[in-house]
Amino acid sequence: MSSLTLYASDVAALMRKDLRLELRARDTLPAMLLFVLSTLVVFHFALPTGTSDDAAYGLLWIAIVFTALLGLARAWAPEREGGALDGLVLAPCDRSAIWLGKTLAVFVFLTAAELVALPAFALFFAPVDLVAIAGVVLASVGICAVGSLLAAMAAASRGREVILPLLFLPLAIPLIVGGVGAGISPQGATYLSFLALYDLIFAILAWATFEYVITE
Amino acid sequence: MSQGQYVALAYGVVFVFVLLWVAIIAAKLARLERETDELANLARERSVDG
Amino acid sequence: MSSRNNLPVLAFATTALLGIAVVLALLVAPEDVDQGVSQRIFYFHVPIALTAYLCFGLGAWKALRLLSVGGERRDLESYTWIHQGTIFGALTLITGSIWAKASWGVWWSWGSNQLVLFLVLFLFYCAYFMLRFSVDEGARRERICAVYALFGVALIPVSFFAIRLASDFIHPTVFTREGPQMTGTMFGSFLVCWAGITLLAYVMYRIELVGKRTDANLRELREALS
Repeated sequence: MSSLTLYASDVAALMRKDLRLELRARDTLPAMLLFVLSTLVVFHFALPTGTSDDAAYGLLWIAIVFTALLGLARAWAPEREGGALDGLVLAPCDRSAIWLGKTLAVFVFLTAAELVALPAFALFFAPVDLVAIAGVVLASVGICAVGSLLAAMAAASRGREVILPLLFLPLAIPLIVGGVGAGISPQGATYLSFLALYDLIFAILAWATFEYVITE
Repeated sequence: MSQGQYVALAYGVVFVFVLLWVAIIAAKLARLERETDELANLARERSVDG
Repeated sequence: MSSRNNLPVLAFATTALLGIAVVLALLVAPEDVDQGVSQRIFYFHVPIALTAYLCFGLGAWKALRLLSVGGERRDLESYTWIHQGTIFGALTLITGSIWAKASWGVWWSWGSNQLVLFLVLFLFYCAYFMLRFSVDEGARRERICAVYALFGVALIPVSFFAIRLASDFIHPTVFTREGPQMTGTMFGSFLVCWAGITLLAYVMYRIELVGKRTDANLRELREALS
């Protein structure tokens, strides 16, 4: 049992490191918050009058996904710029702990952005119910789990920021379907269970394959 | 376009795709032949010198 | 290794098989009562789709073997299978679109779950090539591509369900096609076409693989000689 607590403390330490770095640097999170707000305002001007609430809800998900991409693009920047990734890889912790720590940190940032986005959406467009919020939470788990792995792949590429959306969007499609469905469909629970299934499958896959992505 | 023409179009596209693939492989083959010739010359010079 | 090269035999067999397949599909098989002549597209469209799935699956299998056992050989094999899958995936989209136009009068329908699924997969695997060409060559690139290939096969069933769920609230104009009540001749023709297309993919894979391996060998030779 002690190896599990060791693992958990590694993950917690890594997550805390990211949160503290962001608290000091304050470059990613404010950008995400402002971006999601601006996008929602743009949507008002982009949507013709008489657009249904359902359509607006679909656009909320676009805002969430692209805000997440903004955050993910910077997710591994501290490690890349400081040259710390090699150090982390050599550290005695399990490689997958690096992924989990990063995923949790990005999840915190994304949740913060959503805490701004959802009330703003309810204010500008239409109310958001509990099932919809559950959908946002579940989908965010998937976004962060898959996104942090893909961001690590993108960090290894020469194309850096450009390639991450290309890798991410096809994988994000099921999440968008689940999230929007949870919000607007009468059978919201079906979409919630689908999101949970996605999270389970892809989190396990990302957890298992991360070490192959970052080792030289 | 009649239904039959659509069928012909569909089968035709498959045919054209495969032919396109053959053309691309042929170009690759030509490049590989050129490179092999270059390397053969390099090897010949080597064996003459050495 | 190539002392017993069966590739020419396979290529000739493919040609023969596909020749027979085309004759069966276009001339021998009886015309479908409901859909008419346009149903004949099915004889190639469905095997091409199935073959694309097979290629993606084999690409993922080779990727898994690369990660667990290793070897540059498996990287090229995985890459080539995914390349074939993308080619046949593109063909699935094109033939599917033509069939849609012939059956329903529109080149695209979001209600056709199979077409939408292939569109998502096509986007995913196109990104595979972008990823591959933007990472510097080496063991790390092999592993990254292998991991991505594994994500691909996981995406196939998940996307399938997502698209099914999406049709509930996207409300597309759903066109239905009566599943052909296949007679024995029709089914037999379908099987021959399926065998021919699958064999074609395999032969194309083998040929491409030779090209890629030769490329790699030539590069090594060049480095050794200069």
